[in-house]
Amino acid sequence: MTSLFNEVAPPASDDVPTRRVTITVNGEPRTADIEPRLLLAHLLRQGLKLTGTHTGCDTTNCGACTVLFDGRPVKSCTMLAVQADGHEVTTVEGLASPSGLHPVQEGFKDEHGLQCGFCTPGMMMAAKALLDENPSPTEDDVRWALAGNLCRCTGYQNIVKAVLWAAERLGGPDTEPETEEAS
Amino acid sequence: MYPPRFRYEAPRSLREAITLLQEGGGEAKILAGGQSLIPMLKLRFASPGMLVDINNLPGLDHLTRDGDGTIRIGALCRHEHIERSELITEHQPTIAAAAPLVADPIVRTRGTFVGSVCHADPQGDWAACMIALDGAIVAEGPGGRRSIAARDFVTGPFQNVLASDEIAVEAVIPPPQGEARGGYLKLERRIGDFATAAVAVAVDLRGDQVTRAGIALVGVGGTTIDARDAADALVGSPLSSDAIERAAELAAEAAQPRSDHRGSASYKRHIVRTFTSRILTQIDRSTQKAA
Repeated sequence: MTSLFNEVAPPASDDVPTRRVTITVNGEPRTADIEPRLLLAHLLRQGLKLTGTHTGCDTTNCGACTVLFDGRPVKSCTMLAVQADGHEVTTVEGLASPSGLHPVQEGFKDEHGLQCGFCTPGMMMAAKALLDENPSPTEDDVRWALAGNLCRCTGYQNIVKAVLWAAERLGGPDTEPETEEAS
Repeated sequence: MYPPRFRYEAPRSLREAITLLQEGGGEAKILAGGQSLIPMLKLRFASPGMLVDINNLPGLDHLTRDGDGTIRIGALCRHEHIERSELITEHQPTIAAAAPLVADPIVRTRGTFVGSVCHADPQGDWAACMIALDGAIVAEGPGGRRSIAARDFVTGPFQNVLASDEIAVEAVIPPPQGEARGGYLKLERRIGDFATAAVAVAVDLRGDQVTRAGIALVGVGGTTIDARDAADALVGSPLSSDAIERAAELAAEAAQPRSDHRGSASYKRHIVRTFTSRILTQIDRSTQKAA
C-alpha cells in the first residue's frame, strides 16, 4: 500500500497509519490511501495530478488553492484531505465541459482577467461559487465574493469585469454560448 | 508546508470524542473548522499528538433562538451560516455587524464561531462579541456540562479555561433586557488581515433607558479587552452625547495597544474612541428616529 504522501515527503515508515478515502473529484470517485496529515491541496496536485489548483501562500490568505467542497468554496491548503472523504470536490479542471469552456473561463479570456495566471484558478472557483448562488451579481457582490482571493498583477479591475461578463453570459437565454454555436 | 504527523480520529458521537480526549491526556486537539488550527500546524506553532475531528458529530451545527430570546450557536455553526442567518439579522445586531467582517468570505464557509472563541486569538472578532453580549460557552466533559462566562473563558493569548477532556459544544447569548442594539466596527488594512483595532458594542434599551451594556476591544491588548467601566457608564440612563463621549473615553483608556506596523499605540487608542462613539451615536440616532 503506497501512501500518496510518498510523492511529496520522505516515505512514511510502516508504522505510520494511512486511511483509505473516496472523494468525488470533478464528478469521478477517486480512492486513495493517505496519511491523515496530507492536505487536500496536496492530494489534488501531487496525488491526483490536478495541478490547476495552485498553492500560493500556504497560510490561508491568498485563495489560489480555492476549490469547491460540496459546492461551497474552501481553501484546499487549509483542509485535510481525509476530511473530504465521502464528499464532492470540484477543481478548476472540472469547470469546462466537452462542449467548451465554462462562461467564467471565457470571461477571464475575453476580459483579460489574468496576467501571470497564478491566482486565476482560485479566482474562477470563487467566481463560480458566487454565480451558482447569485446569477446576477452587482460589481460590489463580485468584489465582496472575491475578497478572499489575492491577485498581485491585475489590480482586480479585469477580474471583476470577467466575472460580470460571465454572469451576463449565464443570465440571458438568448446569449447562451451553445445557442450561438448552434446557429 | 505539511503539518507534523498526528493520530487522526473522527468520532461519530460526543461521548466517543470525549473518551478520545481523555485518552489523549492533553496531547489531543479538537479540529472543527480548522481555519486557524491547520495553518498553526503547518507553521509548527502547534504539534498535537492527536487531532479529534468533530465535523462528523451530529447536532452541533445549530443556530437557534429560544422562546425567551436566548440565542444558541452550536460548535459546528460556520461563520457563513451566521452571516446569512435571518434570525441573527433580526435579533442580534452586534453579531450581525461582525459576521461579514470575520476573516474573508472563503474562510467563512469553513471556520466556526465557537472554534474562533476557543482559539482565543486577541484579534478574534467573536470573543469580543461574546464578552460584549455577556455570553457564555457551554462545555461538555466526562463529568457533564458546565457553562463558562465568556469573560472568564479566555485566560490569555490562545489560552482558555477548558480542561483537556472538555469540548465547547455551544455558545449561548442571553436574552436582552429590553431591545437588543449594538454594532461592530473593525479597521483592517485589507480583508482577511489582522485588525488594527476593532470594537464590539452591545446595548439593551428599555424605552430610552440603557438597561445593560457591554463593550469589548480587539487587537489592542494581549487578550480581548472587556471595557467594563465604559459599558457601566452607560447603564441606568438614556444615551446622550455626553454619556457617549464619556464611554468612548473610558473605552480608549481601557485599551492597552502597542505600537507596531499597523499603527502607533495612540492611533489605535484613537480608533477605539472613534469606533465606540460611532456605534453608540448610530444607536442613539436610530432610536430617536424610531421614537
